Amino acid sequence: MSHTYDVIILGAGPAGLSAALYTGRALLDTLVLERAAPGGQILMTDYIENYPGFPEGIEPFKLTENFRKQAERFGAKIEVDEAKEVRTRDNLWVLEGRKQEYLTKTVLIATGAYFRKLGVKGEGKYTGKGVSYCATCDAFFFKDKVVAVVGGGNWALTEALLLTKFARNVKVIHRRDKFRAEKILQDRTIAHEKVDVLWDTVIEEVVGENVLKSLRVKNVKTGEVSELDLDGLFVSIGTVPNSEFVKDIVDLNEWGEIKVGKKMNTSQRGIYAAGDVTDACPQQVATAVGTGVAAAIALDEYLQGF
Amino acid sequence: MSENITSVTDVNFEEEVLKSNLPVLVDFWAVWCGPCHMIAPTVDYMATNYKDKLKVVKMNVDESMSTPAKYGIMSIPALLLFKSGDVVETIVGALPQSKIVDMLSKHL
Repeated sequence: MSHTYDVIILGAGPAGLSAALYTGRALLDTLVLERAAPGGQILMTDYIENYPGFPEGIEPFKLTENFRKQAERFGAKIEVDEAKEVRTRDNLWVLEGRKQEYLTKTVLIATGAYFRKLGVKGEGKYTGKGVSYCATCDAFFFKDKVVAVVGGGNWALTEALLLTKFARNVKVIHRRDKFRAEKILQDRTIAHEKVDVLWDTVIEEVVGENVLKSLRVKNVKTGEVSELDLDGLFVSIGTVPNSEFVKDIVDLNEWGEIKVGKKMNTSQRGIYAAGDVTDACPQQVATAVGTGVAAAIALDEYLQGF
Repeated sequence: MSENITSVTDVNFEEEVLKSNLPVLVDFWAVWCGPCHMIAPTVDYMATNYKDKLKVVKMNVDESMSTPAKYGIMSIPALLLFKSGDVVETIVGALPQSKIVDMLSKHL
């Protein structure tokens, strides 16, 4: 473990790979650690139509491949591992990986976020048996079936619209009386003949027998409880940042997002953060890329005075 | 993809998986499933590092539909580990490599 990196980037999504491109081009000795394979949450979607530079849109897998190739072209190394713990040694940072220990002058945390669970009875039991967190992956299994999407943000409505290509009927269950999503997605959803929106409604229980059969739902305004027969439930109620492993090292906000300054600096000297794990990223590929690049530039400046 | 991984279909599933002497890891996947691509390196890792103890195969759910239906697959990626024709482990979703390896290796 004698090797000391200039920077170790945790996470190979859009933020981490964009940062790696910049640190590589700045001739910094760069290692990217990824616990699965490059991509991140964008691989959960079927198509990206709002990343600038691709007027016809682009498939997430292709975009990821492009990000990865461009970072590797400038010398970034990407390895499969994850940091379980981050601690300081002299003026360096030690990352405790599953495979080995790593030593680095700076750390860039770009570990993203994972899908929030509903937290109701039956959800875990029927995950993979009707409950899903990825319509791109699983819509295929619900041809001509009746499904529900729970949520009211961009992600939920994107999932609902994708599901209309497969399912017979898509119910969108939302706890409020209006959506948070972009207007264009709201209009497409509400106008769609296969979609029914259940406003002011929460799910109380996922009911099944071997597989999901129905949902017990409650109208929060009237208090009325009813049973909704269907075949699939897609949960899209937001994300939880992957910041647990550094919660004792850097300051987090009340939602667990890493607090960052203007230069994507955290509360620790030499530790930067970018993308969905931070409090500065509105969960878009373009903003993940932007914050990743900003962090790379800032840590390069920091290393010049190291 | 590791050279130790072969593709199976509804037609040869029984012969290649259920009748195998070695335990068999079946990776149910599809081209359009992003998270399936995310676990591909982990499936490769299993095929390479456990090649004497484990047979690794992939089934494209777009091409073979009756086997996924028979095993109640409604989410992919799904990794099913078979021993003597029975499912002994089911892993759904793109979990970290370390977790998948732990869940599978305890059976090998």
